[in-house]
Amino acid sequence: MSRDATAGIPIHRHSAVVRVTHWINVVCLALLLMSGLQIFNAHPALYWGEISHFESPFTVGEFPGWLTVPSYQSLATGRHWHFLFAWIFVINGAVYLAASLLGGHLWRDLFPTREQLRYIGRSIAEHVRLRFPKGEEARRYNVLQKLAYLAVVLVLLPVMLLAGLAMSPAIDAAFPWLVPLFGGRQSARTIHFILANLLVLFFLAHVATVILSGLWNNLRSMITGRYVLEPEDDRGERPTG
Amino acid sequence: MAKDPLAERRRFLRRGLGAAAGLALGGCDMLSERESVTGAFEGVERLTMAAQRALLGRDALAREFTEAEISKAFRANGSINPPDAGYRALAREGFAGWRLAVDGLVERPLALSLAELRGMPARTQITRHDCVEGWSCIGKWKGVPLAMLLERARLRPQARYVVFHCADVMDEKEGAPYYESIDLVDAFHPQTILAYEMNGRPLPVEYGAPARMRVERQLGYKMAKYVMRIEAVESFAALGEGKGGYWEDRGYEWYAGI
Repeated sequence: MSRDATAGIPIHRHSAVVRVTHWINVVCLALLLMSGLQIFNAHPALYWGEISHFESPFTVGEFPGWLTVPSYQSLATGRHWHFLFAWIFVINGAVYLAASLLGGHLWRDLFPTREQLRYIGRSIAEHVRLRFPKGEEARRYNVLQKLAYLAVVLVLLPVMLLAGLAMSPAIDAAFPWLVPLFGGRQSARTIHFILANLLVLFFLAHVATVILSGLWNNLRSMITGRYVLEPEDDRGERPTG
Repeated sequence: MAKDPLAERRRFLRRGLGAAAGLALGGCDMLSERESVTGAFEGVERLTMAAQRALLGRDALAREFTEAEISKAFRANGSINPPDAGYRALAREGFAGWRLAVDGLVERPLALSLAELRGMPARTQITRHDCVEGWSCIGKWKGVPLAMLLERARLRPQARYVVFHCADVMDEKEGAPYYESIDLVDAFHPQTILAYEMNGRPLPVEYGAPARMRVERQLGYKMAKYVMRIEAVESFAALGEGKGGYWEDRGYEWYAGI
């Protein structure tokens, strides 16, 4: 019996490790961001270099209580939450990376193919028109998706962690090369802040594309693993209505 | 119709995620006070300390800087002018009457004048001061290695921590002068000094005159200013509220390596 062409083909999209670590990461990053804003509020000024040049700070104001953990001003409590979730984030990230390296997720699913890279222009044009791959092409991530995930997983999050560690006087004594890598401790703090903003931007773009390319299908695939390939659309237009 | 196990699982997961989000966004204030959560915070502090100590070893040095890198304006933080009458009287006479007590679990308690302290072998270091609030300054410090004071007073084997009793009253309502403590790993670290000079001049009052601690692998609040007495103890349970320091009793970590 052949499958009804309009019903879609279910596939198993995400491994259990990817699903579990993804959602743990969501909780970690949310709490790290909110407790991080609490810590930032204790001295809401940024500097470049090794030290604080108090006469010429970059300021961006303070963050409101509804964005911080805890909601009242408490640097001590903010730090406790931050380090608790920093450890969970590190362990979770290590599990994800180890499983992805050993299981081949990184090479198989995240590195773009030569052919994908060649047609990156087309993929950008399709994204701009909010058209996302369907049918067989949706078996794998599209090239922009792959590059975005790789950037977050291999660059943004690891550098975020290193910039955070560079603020620790003990870590700086143990690894004297770390702070100069960022151009000074205050630069590391500023980079930590900028990367937090980039992660928020990634989050917004990620959630927007998840919604636009099929909210329930995407969400279900990250929860149960099950993803349904939607039939390809020959007319080259998105169905309306 | 048979129950769909997948639907069941989906419902469970949805509920789980909802609960997690609720916790994250609404419940952190409440949870922050819960004993199980503060217990987790303490566990994390121990984990951080164990990890950092394993990476550091005993003697890894904090980075030292050049004269050119010294901050033009070093921020004075915490107490900057202790109002205590006894302290003010000492300050008026240039701390000629100041005596540093080294006592507690030692064989030979000491009472050292500033001149005697200055007569001991000294270490000079240009280091970065990192405040828990997030800012940093670089200063040049000269002082006596704490290890030398402790060796001269001869620690008893039961001693596990070194407590600093200070002259500055932080909260006039409570009347408790500043207090801090470090363990023997930090106490015997070569860069842990009782500094009496800053940037080549006698330590000014706002930076902790006549002598303040430098504990270079930890944050600023560990580096007690206005030190009057150094006490070797087996446990700091009887000190303040029992957490080992003024800010520790107000929620901050005792181990401030990050």
